[in-house]
Amino acid sequence: MKLCKKIYSLLFLLALSITVLGQGENQTVQMADLMRSNGRIYVVVAVMLTILTGLILYLVRLDRKISRLEKEIK
Amino acid sequence: MTDEKNYMQKAWWKIASVLLLIYTFTCGLLLDVPHLPALQETIRNLYFHVCMWFCMMVLFIISVINSIRFLRSFDLKYDVYARQYAVVGIVFGILGYATGAIWMSYTWADPNNPAFQSFSAVAREPKLIGAAIALLIYFAYLILRDSITDMDKRARISAVYNIFAFAMLFPTIWIVPRLLPSLHPGGESGNPALDTRDIDGRMRLVFYPAVIGWTLLGVWISTLKIRLKILKEKKMMHETL
Repeated sequence: MKLCKKIYSLLFLLALSITVLGQGENQTVQMADLMRSNGRIYVVVAVMLTILTGLILYLVRLDRKISRLEKEIK
Repeated sequence: MTDEKNYMQKAWWKIASVLLLIYTFTCGLLLDVPHLPALQETIRNLYFHVCMWFCMMVLFIISVINSIRFLRSFDLKYDVYARQYAVVGIVFGILGYATGAIWMSYTWADPNNPAFQSFSAVAREPKLIGAAIALLIYFAYLILRDSITDMDKRARISAVYNIFAFAMLFPTIWIVPRLLPSLHPGGESGNPALDTRDIDGRMRLVFYPAVIGWTLLGVWISTLKIRLKILKEKKMMHETL
């Protein structure tokens, strides 16, 4: 479970760093960076991947919990 | 359950599912797709909306197989399997229906008409009605099951009903929609998305992995529910002994 917490906090920090990057951009000249290219489709990709990782992490945790219960009951 | 690890505890196919889904979500949004009128970028919904139905179909097939296994052996384990696969199949079916509703309201509905008028045209779709009937039949499966308290009777009746429900799937979602004119692809012209003349090669590159990824995800969720249910039953048995 410690590992899960670490992964969660890492993801949280990653998400934070992305938003901070976005804010820094506004004050300077608009650059053609990855997240702003192609009609900002990469933003959508980032959002969808975040949701997917969240759901998958939830499933993984459930899986582990059930495995632990199975061991206990055996 | 025996001591050796069965497929439910193995990790490799779960990892495969996650990798395929990550591939679907990135490449499905970023790779180039055919430019078609009316559909435009919504053609990417093929990787999500259609996969829900594929996943539902696979889960229902597994469910009916387990019902037959139950009727052959009267092992209550298979009854649990059949029930949980059917439930997760229904969830994916509802998701398929909901995503289809969103998709059609931006492609089929006439933008020049008020929403209500185009709704009356869209609601006549044989595919929609068929899918709704199929899902309702499966809802009835759950209601029937949970209304019987006797364990053996419940397992037997619901296994038989599950086979009937599965048999009804074919006319409602495969046969009838193909006999009637429809806006939905695959109306009178064979298999949408599977026909090699129908689907672009670039899309097949994402579509097939997407189907496998979503299906494995559905199986994963079902196995979690099965394991939980079996644990609960074991606990109940310990308490009564």
